[in-house]
Amino acid sequence: MRRARSLLAIWPPIVFGLVFLIVWETIVAVYDIKKFLLPAPTAIASAFAGNLENVWEAVLVTGANALVGFVLGVLLGIAVSFVLMRFSVLNELTTPLAVAINAVPIVIIVPVLNNMYPAGSQVPRRVMVVLIVFFVVLVNVAKGLRQVSGTHMELMRSYAASQREILVKTRIPNAIPYLFTAMKIAAPLSVITAFVAEYFGGTQTGLGSAITSNASTSKNDVMWAYVLGACLLGLSFYVASIWLEKATTRQHGRNPVMTR
Amino acid sequence: MTEHAVAINGASMVFNPGSVGQLEALRDIDLDIAAGDFVSLIGPSGCGKSTLLRLIANLLAPTAGDVLVNGKSAAQARVDQDYGMAFQQSGLFDWRSVRKNIELPLELKGWDKKRRAERSAEMLELVQLSEFGDHRPWELSGGMQQRIAIARALASHPPLLLMDEPFGALDEMTREHMQSELLRICAAADTTVVFVTHSIPEAVYLSNRVVVMSPRPGQITDVVDVDLGVARDDDTREDETFYKKITEVREALRGAELGETVRRVDDR
Repeated sequence: MRRARSLLAIWPPIVFGLVFLIVWETIVAVYDIKKFLLPAPTAIASAFAGNLENVWEAVLVTGANALVGFVLGVLLGIAVSFVLMRFSVLNELTTPLAVAINAVPIVIIVPVLNNMYPAGSQVPRRVMVVLIVFFVVLVNVAKGLRQVSGTHMELMRSYAASQREILVKTRIPNAIPYLFTAMKIAAPLSVITAFVAEYFGGTQTGLGSAITSNASTSKNDVMWAYVLGACLLGLSFYVASIWLEKATTRQHGRNPVMTR
Repeated sequence: MTEHAVAINGASMVFNPGSVGQLEALRDIDLDIAAGDFVSLIGPSGCGKSTLLRLIANLLAPTAGDVLVNGKSAAQARVDQDYGMAFQQSGLFDWRSVRKNIELPLELKGWDKKRRAERSAEMLELVQLSEFGDHRPWELSGGMQQRIAIARALASHPPLLLMDEPFGALDEMTREHMQSELLRICAAADTTVVFVTHSIPEAVYLSNRVVVMSPRPGQITDVVDVDLGVARDDDTREDETFYKKITEVREALRGAELGETVRRVDDR
């Protein structure tokens, strides 16, 4: 019964996707659309197969930037939110700073960072991803640590619980769904950031760089092959984030309201 | 000298003293509660009955007067976990199983695992929810959650149970059922109860003393003794004495509000 339902849920998008590709292929063939405007799906597929190794390498470069930035950003965000919870004065000092950093568009920060590092370095891109992820995690986890229900606080005080016990038994568990929500938001953001950061100079080994360079030399089918690679990379992060969400719901039966 | 479960002497509570937001919540409260009593605090909303409960719990400290629980200071009684507390929201932790929720106060007391497991099993049996021990709180109905909260409050067998409108969020049917359950549980556990409510029938049905409070600043205007006997059941709700006592409490409440009006006229 359950399997039948999941099959039912899976079929419509697959059928729709196939129909979409067929219509695309047909339109390109019938109207004789030039390759530099829009290549046919089959052309993209063969370019993808022909450049599989190159695309894969570019996916690894961009994917590694996103993943490294994501992991560091999450760890840093968690660490700082604990510090902020402990010292509320710092909270007031750093929040405007964090907001200010977050308000500076990625387009502006990346070239600045590129200037600071040697030409072949991936560090500026990773720093950029860290910044984006860090902020999302910081805001959410800090909220989870702080916003403990009034009843829970009174209850813990009625047990004469120490600050440490309140932290371990109330604040941290309360913050965990917030952390998962933050990671769910940050996972796709980290790919997008890693990807976009490549448009602003630096080494030319990632997906974003490959797409711009192939576009500029009118190798459109190859460019589209890289776009396909980018889609698959983004999809894998998206699936990971869905999995994160499921993990939260299983544990807590609900998701906290998310903050960005 | 008999030791009172709770002895309150000239307690007053003023919030934000000396500032614009100054608020006199309680004025000169004297109240002794004997061990084994079931006492309800009733009054219009904002009369400070919840504040009074929090003074007993030492979640707030009175600005004047003193509060003794089990013959010691309220602060010491809190450290010793001499009381259990239940609130309008069950306040269960979503990330803990029902069993682990009940064991929380025992964990904080440093009990070992085996002893905790025995006690939580005993408490689950007491509130007749043994088969739900491994469920998560959010899988249970509101009434069941509140029963678990009571089980948690009584887990360390405290001599005193403090309840702040614990059934306020429940529907009428569940509420009446919970009231009978509470009496059964407290009789079994031999617990003194201080119960905050704004429902007159609830106060009369549960208590042997109903403490009537006036609007802000809260003062005790009347204490109604309810002699409905120890064993109360659904028939009690149809009993003539029950109705008589409801009327008596209602009139006491009205008197408290009238007194307030008179006072205001006097102030002028």
